[in-house]
Formats: sequence, C-alpha cells, structure tokens
Amino acid sequence: MFSILQKRELAPEIFLVEVEAPRIAKSAKPGQFVIVRAHERGERIPLTIAGYDAQRGTILMVIQAIGVSTRRMQAMAVGDRFADVAGPLGQPSEFVAMPDAELKQQRLLFIAGGVGAAPILPQVEEFHRRGAHVEVILGARNANLLILKDELQRSCDALHLTTDDGSAGRKGLVTDMLNDLVASGNRYTHVITIGPMVMMKFVARAAKALGLPAIASLNTLMVDGTGMCGACRVTVGGKTRFTCVDGPEFDAHQVDFDEALRRLSMYKTQEGQRLREAEQRGHICKIGRNS
Amino acid sequence: MAINNHPRVPVREQAANSRRSNFEEVCFGYNLEEAQLEAQRCLECKNPRCVAACPVNIDIPAFIGQVKQGNIAEAAAIIARDSCLPAVCGRVCPQETQCEGSCVRGIKGEPVAIGKLERFVADTAQAPSPTPAQPQNKRVAIVGSGPAGLACASDLAKWGYSVTVFDALHVMGGVLQYGIPEFRLPKSIVQRELNALQAQGVCFEPNVVVGRTISIDQLLDTEGYSAVFVGSGAGLPKFMGIEGENLNGVVSANEFLTRVNLMRAFDPEHDTPVFVGRRVAVVGGGNVAMDAARCAIRLGAEVHLVYRRSEAELPARVEEVHHAREEGMLFDMLTNPVQVLANDQGWVRGLRCIRMKLGEPDASGRRRPVEVAGSEFDIEAEMVIMALGTSPNPLIASTTPGLNTERWGGIIANDSGATSREGVFAGGDAVSGAATVILAMGAGRKAARAIDEYLRK
Repeated sequence: MFSILQKRELAPEIFLVEVEAPRIAKSAKPGQFVIVRAHERGERIPLTIAGYDAQRGTILMVIQAIGVSTRRMQAMAVGDRFADVAGPLGQPSEFVAMPDAELKQQRLLFIAGGVGAAPILPQVEEFHRRGAHVEVILGARNANLLILKDELQRSCDALHLTTDDGSAGRKGLVTDMLNDLVASGNRYTHVITIGPMVMMKFVARAAKALGLPAIASLNTLMVDGTGMCGACRVTVGGKTRFTCVDGPEFDAHQVDFDEALRRLSMYKTQEGQRLREAEQRGHICKIGRNS
Repeated sequence: MAINNHPRVPVREQAANSRRSNFEEVCFGYNLEEAQLEAQRCLECKNPRCVAACPVNIDIPAFIGQVKQGNIAEAAAIIARDSCLPAVCGRVCPQETQCEGSCVRGIKGEPVAIGKLERFVADTAQAPSPTPAQPQNKRVAIVGSGPAGLACASDLAKWGYSVTVFDALHVMGGVLQYGIPEFRLPKSIVQRELNALQAQGVCFEPNVVVGRTISIDQLLDTEGYSAVFVGSGAGLPKFMGIEGENLNGVVSANEFLTRVNLMRAFDPEHDTPVFVGRRVAVVGGGNVAMDAARCAIRLGAEVHLVYRRSEAELPARVEEVHHAREEGMLFDMLTNPVQVLANDQGWVRGLRCIRMKLGEPDASGRRRPVEVAGSEFDIEAEMVIMALGTSPNPLIASTTPGLNTERWGGIIANDSGATSREGVFAGGDAVSGAATVILAMGAGRKAARAIDEYLRK
C-alpha cells in the first residue's frame, strides 16, 4: 500500500505523485486533505489532495520540497512506498453538498497561489462539471512556478494568470487581478482561496472591500490531523476552531490571519535545525531531484 | 504467620537524578525473590475485597498464591482469564483507589503491592495462547486500538470471531502509544501485547479514520462486518478560554505528548520537532498533566505544575505525583491561570495566575476552589502546557445516522455497551469521557460479551 505509481516534476522543487491508496481514493471529496508520513521515523504532515481515482485506487498529491519531510518525499522514486497515508481528512467543500440546481446559480472565483493550484483542481473540476460558473486566478512568483495550468484551463470557464515578475499573465498579485476582474464588470457569488497564508490574508481583505463572500482553506500546522492535538487551532469569529476537524475551509472574513501566520512559525527554528542536521548526516538523497 | 509480617517489599527504581535526563523506565519491577517475598504478605482472604475493587475482577489472591509457590506461568494464566493487558495495567492502573485501596493489609499498614506483582508476572511469563474456539464465521470491526478496543478484540478472537481493529494513527495502541510516556510504559511492552493479540488472529489496519476513510454503515453494509465496537477514545483537547491561549508556546498536553511519545521527538533520529521552554508551566492535575510535566523535565525544562485545588485533590496516581516531585517538579497548588502573557514576538513569556482557597464542597464532593481577590501574580515561563482534559471527537457520531450522543458529545451506550444503533456497540472514553486504561478495558470486555450474545441471536 501507498506505493508511488507515478512521479512528475511540475516546476523546480514542485512535483506530483500518484499514490496507491484505495480506501482514500474511494471516499475523498473536493476540499479534503491527507496526513502523510514518508518513512518510519518521519513526521506526520498534512498534504492536499490534487485528484483521486476510485477505479485505479489512487490519489494525486502535489508536493513542494521545503522542509525535512517534503525533501525526503522528493527523494523518493516510482515504486517506493510512503510509510503511511491517512485520510481523507477535514470537511469537504461546502459546495459539495449543495444541490445541483443551486450550484448552477453560483459564480465561483477560485484564487490559488503556488501549489494551491493542486487542491483547487478537484473542486474546479467537480463544480464546473455540475454546472457552476467557475473562474480561476492562478498566481506565482514567475512563469515556471505556475503549475497545472492546462488541467485548470480544461475544467473552468476562464483562467487568469498573474506573476510577480510579469513573465506570464498579468504582472502583479492575485489581488490586483481580482480587482481588475470586478472593475471590468465580472460578477461572482463567492471567492475561494487556497495558497500561502499571507496571500489568503490579502485575498480576504480585497474580497471584503469588494463585498464578496470569501472562503479560505487553511494550511496550519498539524500532528495527528484527526482532532486530537489542537496544534491546528485557529481563531475564527473570535472562537477557537480546529482546522483538521472543523476546517480546513473557513469564512475568510472571520479568520484571524495574523495569529494564524504567527502560529505557522512556531517550529521554524527547530525545523531549520533538523533540516541542517539531516543534510549534514547525508540522510537526504539528492539523486533524482530533477527526475 | 510470622512470615508475612514483614513490611511491603520496596521496588527498585532508577534514581531520580539520572532519570531526569532520560526516557528509560523509572520502575525496574520486582525480581522473583522480591515478588515471592511480597506475595507472602497476601492473606488470601476468603472474601477478597481486592477482586471486587478490580474493574475486570482479576482473581488476585489466586494469582498471588501461585507467585508464592513460584508458579509464575500458572499465575499468568489466572490473570489472562480476566485481563488481556496485564503488563500495561500493572504499570498504569491507579491501584491505590482499586485493588490495593481495599486490601485488608492496608488497614493497619501498607497494602500488598498487587500492581507490582501483576507486572512481575506479566513481564516474566507469557500467558499461554488460548485454545481457539470453534470459528464463528462472523466478522467484527473494532474502531480504535486503545485499551477498550484491544480488550474487546481479545475476547472476541478468543471466542472464534474474525476481528479487525482499525486505527486512525499509524501505530496500534491508542493512548498507550501517544499518551503514556516511554518512562512509564515502554513501547516494547505495548508491542508485546499487540503481538500476542496478532498471534490470536486479530487483524490490525492502521491509517483508517472511521467516519472519514470509511463509515460505520459501510463497515456493516459493504465490508461484511456483522457488528462494530466503537472505542475511539477521548478526543479534542480542552482549553481554558483565557487571553493569550493561542500564543506561540501554548500547547495542549495531547500535542506535547503526541510529539514526544508517538512521534519520538526527543530522539534526534526522528523528524518531528518539539518546542520546550527553559521554564514550563503545566496547567492541570491529572495523570496527563504529570506525564507532560515529566516529559518536559526530561527535555531540560524547569516545570511548574499549576493546579487550582490543593495537593490532596490532585486526581493523578499517587505514584506519579511522588515520582514527579522526586524529579524536581515544582508544585503551584491553589493557583489558577487568568492570562497567558506575551512577549513582543507573540511568544509566551509567562502565566498570570490568581491564588485560590478551598470553599464549600461542590457536586463532586471536593471543596470548591474560590479566587482570593487581589492575589494575582506572574509565573515566568516560555511554554504553557494545557492538560485540562478532552471533549469527544464528533467525527463518528456525526457520520453515523441514528447513533445517539449525550449533550456533551459522549456516545450513549447501556451497561453492556449497546448503542441506539443495532449492531453498534461502544465503550471506553468515547462513552464515559476521559477515564482510565482499566475502566476502558472493562467496558471493552463487557461489550465483547454483548456482541457475542447479539451475534448468536
């Protein structure tokens, strides 16, 4: 179980894996995530689900190699197995349970940054297929980091690209594109944003200024991911909520993003140290990084 | 009768000074000579109060009688009739309020060291694998591999049912793995108990979050299980709701213990990080608070235990409090936090507390702590661990139509574990709220009997 059937680099340090996980493939819904442990001494880390195929019994995950665990995953090859994959976790997107007739009335604008393109893909596909009007703003630092463009293009009504350096699409931030679209007369019923916490903070602020309801899918720290540890707690509307069981999606206008950003940094020092130690011990194999 | 008038045989332990910096087991346990000497103290009462006080009614005088004779395998077989986790219970049961608390030797002196004798027997002799009963050709799913689930699985397997235990985590054992630290319950002991169950034919499936990966209804309708036992445990950690509780450096005891015990963050060979302040305030007074405090001590911290009642009311096992004191834990009793204080980076710099005094008894019969006006003071700390108990995880109840719950979230089950859903049984912390290993085990065994009856109908 949990062996890697396919691995493909999408951008520098960003790769997609197809993993055998038949139970999860059968029950996953848009908006949910998994907890993965690369090896027997590894961390449990939350990863988003980029796709699932109940027939093949597999799920897709897009991973950015930034920490100890994601670098170990990057070093794994087709045929290798993850020690553990548990899920699907969290609540499905609120639009999953919406009746088709109502969903058809929705004009959804997904705003994704970086690897946030991956978790929106199953949502975009399903809601578009069921009749919602779906547009996507995809932003990244530069053109190389815009991933899953073709897949998103195929399954939405309009894809809008932005890059910080202008190497693809509109030069600027995703919030600039949001303001442009609304200024030129486009109308949306909801904004759904997934990406770096700081980006979601500013998307929420921009959407609020435009009077748009907004949903953010939070990428907090987690340990067990099943409601046991409380590491993922966030303040939403003044109340403490657990991202793993109450989320990951919350009303973006109610989320205390400054607190959430601060809490994300909690283990930065330790993580950096472990990463350095691991690299010194030579435990992280760099062979195949670019395969 | 002079032979049994000697005082309770002390148990050898790792010295407090050395164990403060390692995670190896504190208590070494008896050797054969010590165990036989201690066993002599048992009067083998005709009407043994210890048996009645044991939640699973182990025939204590009978097994101790065998220890006297040196028949340790016999003793193990007697315990195995009623307990599938003796090496665990010998270590973590609150004996002072159960078997040992009602031992007649305790009236005029010290009770027989029943827990230490149970542990000696379990560590020395493996009980013989029970002769498997006639296969029943019926499958039972157990949700959660903590003490309730394992006890239920053990009995059902003994009676010939085909049993699969599902767990959300990557290892089996539940709280025995993520909650109770290595120095109190070595994981090799848990593994041995799991191996014994596997030898009985119990199947384990980790990484299955029942309610998400698969529902109870799917287990019954499409996976071919005839009954389900839910022993999913305690659930979400509680917080106080005071200002500053989400600062960096405030964690639940569950998070801290999971990082240290389950993920083995104390070992640099494992990837999971753990943050430990130079000074740590642990809020609470139960076994979980003691475990968190003693882990923090081992990771180099100066630890304050902050508890709103007095030491006499600490709900933790007496032995844990005693060990924690030996290891240098500081007791801030009759003290209640009112605010977590922040530095300018949003990290903890201290805990503002108020002094308490004991007033009139409350509903629990304990004297209610009341604030002493104007007595606020600050404890300096870089980390605060909240060990305030848990509330039930809503996952299974919310995904199982027709499964009734109490208003506080616990699954409603009768004395034998039957719930409002036919074929669905429950027990342990998921039903009772946070309790002990042995009570969960007792509930698991009762449910096993009820499941057997249900499946024979």
